[in-house]
Amino acid sequence: MIRKIALTASALALCAGAAFAATAHSELEDIAFAHEGPFGKFDQMQLQRGLQVFTEVCSACHGLKFVPIRTLSDEGGPAMPEDQVRAYAAGLSEITDKETGEDRPRLVTDNFPMSGLEGAPDLSLMTKARAGFHGPYGSGISQLLNGIGGPEYLYSVLTHYEENPECAPDGIDGYYYNTAFPNGGVPDSCKDEHGISTVPGSWIAMPPPLSDDVVTYADGHVADVHHMAEDVTAFLTWTAEPKMMARKETGFKAVIFLILLSTLLYLTNKRIWASAKGKKIA
Amino acid sequence: MAGIPHDHYEPKSGAEKWLAKRLPIVGMLYDTIMIPTPKNLNWMWIWGIILTFCLALQIITGIVLVMHYTPHVDLAFSSVEHIMRDVNGGYMLRYLHANGASLFFIAVYLHIFRGLYYGSYKAPREVTWIIGMVIYLMMMGTAFMGYVLPWGQMSFWGATVITGLFGAIPGIGESIQTWLLGGPAVDNATLNRFFSLHYLLPFVIAALVAVHIWAFHTTGNNNPTGVEVRRTSKEEAAKDTLPFWPYFVIKDLFALAVILVVFFAVVGFMPNYLGHPDNYLEANPLSTPAHIVPEWYFLPFYAILRAFDGDVWLVIAVNWLTFGIVDAKFFGVLAMFGAIAVMALAPWLDTSSVRSGRYRPMFKWWFALLCLDFVVLTWVGAMPTEGIYPYISLLAATYWFAYFLVILPLLGVIEKPLAQPATIEEDFNAHYAKPAASAVAHPAE
Repeated sequence: MIRKIALTASALALCAGAAFAATAHSELEDIAFAHEGPFGKFDQMQLQRGLQVFTEVCSACHGLKFVPIRTLSDEGGPAMPEDQVRAYAAGLSEITDKETGEDRPRLVTDNFPMSGLEGAPDLSLMTKARAGFHGPYGSGISQLLNGIGGPEYLYSVLTHYEENPECAPDGIDGYYYNTAFPNGGVPDSCKDEHGISTVPGSWIAMPPPLSDDVVTYADGHVADVHHMAEDVTAFLTWTAEPKMMARKETGFKAVIFLILLSTLLYLTNKRIWASAKGKKIA
Repeated sequence: MAGIPHDHYEPKSGAEKWLAKRLPIVGMLYDTIMIPTPKNLNWMWIWGIILTFCLALQIITGIVLVMHYTPHVDLAFSSVEHIMRDVNGGYMLRYLHANGASLFFIAVYLHIFRGLYYGSYKAPREVTWIIGMVIYLMMMGTAFMGYVLPWGQMSFWGATVITGLFGAIPGIGESIQTWLLGGPAVDNATLNRFFSLHYLLPFVIAALVAVHIWAFHTTGNNNPTGVEVRRTSKEEAAKDTLPFWPYFVIKDLFALAVILVVFFAVVGFMPNYLGHPDNYLEANPLSTPAHIVPEWYFLPFYAILRAFDGDVWLVIAVNWLTFGIVDAKFFGVLAMFGAIAVMALAPWLDTSSVRSGRYRPMFKWWFALLCLDFVVLTWVGAMPTEGIYPYISLLAATYWFAYFLVILPLLGVIEKPLAQPATIEEDFNAHYAKPAASAVAHPAE
């Protein structure tokens, strides 16, 4: 299920360009998410577990400011019962009402709160902002064939915290060594004479957010780091692309319809031209 | 309309006659849709319809998107998310519009290269060609400004880099840049004027498309042989042509449907594949992305822009000869616009008396190399300017100019063209047996 893929410096420099050229390589894992592929669908229970991880862990610092709370009950998403969503909204931080200017409890029609910690990026679109052409896995071809993109990147960052490497046993003060995070700082002692890093990944400001059983799942699912990372990543994929299932369905219908239309037009075209040209001979 | 002799519309009923006397619009539409079209057109002649479809798609989806979009630096990004999340079918509209731009450019590049191979730019179709080039330039302007509207990181920094190119013009550059931006830097004024022009230009393009069609309906279509339709009599013209409706309309619609299968697969299953992920981060003037790359359809010319850096001897020589007025940056800008200019001048740079590349044995190879060159430029335009890439850019950019400025003029002189068919009818009959006359056997080519 999980293939471990290490990227070499050359592959990154070739495919991802300067963005990652300063880093030796970062380690990404391919996850077989339920939502991948043309027929992939979100796993509702997984999204709900992911929401739980987000609420209990990530939301301490990170926001989802583009996501309306009511969409938690949308079909094609976590599809939570509406009363549950109302209760969830009420449990979030208060919001300043636009009309009265006074603080009031959050309603389902409001959006999730913004990031509470300065420097912690909003996560609404993170899986899309870290996907694709120049994304973590390099070339677009690989994304196309392997389905590796933003979700895999997020998962890998969450699970690839490691002890400081030998070249820098003390690391960088206030930062954490992560073998999947490509854009952070690297101590000079871990760079070769060309300034190229000799270790995978770099140092990230976010402390390791997950540890086994930091969350107790309501559905009794195993809550080790890998499962939590997978669940919250799936949830964040939904926040970035909430209409994914509807989009795939539309795409599928359109393709079928157009194949049918093409066939009919092909036959019509053949019939019309039959009087003007005979059998093809050259 | 002037051109190939054919039957014109005759008003029959009283109402038709009444209208025709006052406004001959039915006759005009009839002549347009029934225009005699060379019957040997191959599948490379479908791109015109695809492009017309793209323009309509972009205008229609664009008009609806505007109903929900807010052109303000504080609101633009979230209004796009509003479209993606709250507007009914909004995600589909936006993905159709964004990917529609890519389909538009794929089609226009194939359309242009079709013209370059079959000599469609040559007399008497120079005006069609020039108008086409103007349309292409306007498409690039429109697409560039459209990419700025979501106000993501790549929108902002793309706008900063591209408008910065105008700043490279000696003397007046800085004033022009400020004038374009509406201020000293990319800001709300820039977003607003880009929004205004992004809405305006497609309608200008639509008008130019009408003129483009008018021009080639006057000269008649080119065709794969490059041999003109016989115009001496209606009977002879009829042997070379078929009316546009229904023959070519149905053929083109079939091609469109097939292309749309692929297009909708992309929109439905991988709508962000051709976009840049960084554009899902809200624009931040304080944080420069590590790697600013234009959309794929600008990459060939972006590569030419970057190819001529300060280390190229030609750039150094020009810099010295112009007393430093034309520095490396300005040289790059001139090269980029020059690359399109030489293409626009192809009608006067090509000296060959033969129109179609099909009968030009040497041209074929140089043209194939030009196609490869275009692919290489697209690829290298996305690469960082380090290692071997600058050399590849320079080589590929040099070939682009050499093709138009040296090879096209020389080939006409040194090349011995092959024999061309006397008529389009002859070419057509060489490919297809006469209908219902299978006894007539033609030797296969």
